[in-house]
Amino acid sequence: MKFFRSSSKPTAAAAVPQKRTRRSSGMAEISRLLNSNSGDGLCVLDLGSTSANNIRFFTDKGHKNYSEDLLRSSLDPALRIQDSEGNWVVDSKTFISENLVYENAQFDVVLCWNLPDYMEESLVKPTIDRLWSVMKPGGLLLAFFHTRDAGPDSMCYRYHVTGTDVLEMQEVKFALPGRPASDKQSPRLQRVFNNRHIENLFRDFASIKFFLARDAIREVLVVR
Amino acid sequence: MDAPQTGEFAHIGKSVVIKGELSGSEDLYVDGSVEGKIELRNHSLTVGPNGNVKADVTAKAVVIQGKLDGTVNASDRVELRKSAVVTGDVTTQRIAIEEGAFLKGKVDIQKEAGKSGSASS
Repeated sequence: MKFFRSSSKPTAAAAVPQKRTRRSSGMAEISRLLNSNSGDGLCVLDLGSTSANNIRFFTDKGHKNYSEDLLRSSLDPALRIQDSEGNWVVDSKTFISENLVYENAQFDVVLCWNLPDYMEESLVKPTIDRLWSVMKPGGLLLAFFHTRDAGPDSMCYRYHVTGTDVLEMQEVKFALPGRPASDKQSPRLQRVFNNRHIENLFRDFASIKFFLARDAIREVLVVR
Repeated sequence: MDAPQTGEFAHIGKSVVIKGELSGSEDLYVDGSVEGKIELRNHSLTVGPNGNVKADVTAKAVVIQGKLDGTVNASDRVELRKSAVVTGDVTTQRIAIEEGAFLKGKVDIQKEAGKSGSASS
């Protein structure tokens, strides 16, 4: 299993992370929920790379923001163990015991972004199951999935909320374990989920809504 | 941020390990290990790139380049530099986060009277 895209010599263009923007129908629905709340504020869990934009967006509206960069945590070399046949696998039990440690029914909104597409397969289902536990009934979860048109070298993005339905996308690169901090690579797309896979993944949730876009990304808004 | 001049800051070097409670009335630069509690109130704490702090921190400003595990309560601002790895809740008026910084925890932006809190990349 390859976790990172093929190495290539860095070029001047590659040295500067690319930024793009996209309109997000799923984010628009979440913004509607955030704007309609006039009480103590909602609890938002952002599972993407830490973004000051997102913190500002949610806290300015009076909501509570929790950050947890789950993809980066899942790449921790300490999670690699050998199974009974000597194959290197990710220790999903340890991962779940060390991450997403919150009270049950704590969050109104969870932003998964493109986490399931880039996370090691054995971690995806336990992660979604844990998210079900920590979300309030009626809470919203937003996730992005690549469509079949996306290639294995599809970029992994960090999402910054810059408006009600506008996201700025910045390529994510991580330093590889044991390599110089300057030697960073993008995570590799691990798989492409079809609609049936996605429905199975969220089968314990109350409802699921798909938004198709032109950029080979399928937005999924799930209600707990 | 480079390491500050030692004359301007109390400086804990990278080979120093401290366990217990640290308090003071001057700015502090930690490039070693501190485990316990750090209370600086009206002064700033900088955790250098080699710094490894396992402590609840109260200060005016907190700048993190290394590792910090604990709650951060900064009356003015928090800066997470690109090499920062922070696990714990952060309460402050302003926060700046460089690309590459890692934060696992709750961020609570306290609004100064008459002003709104802010966060910047």
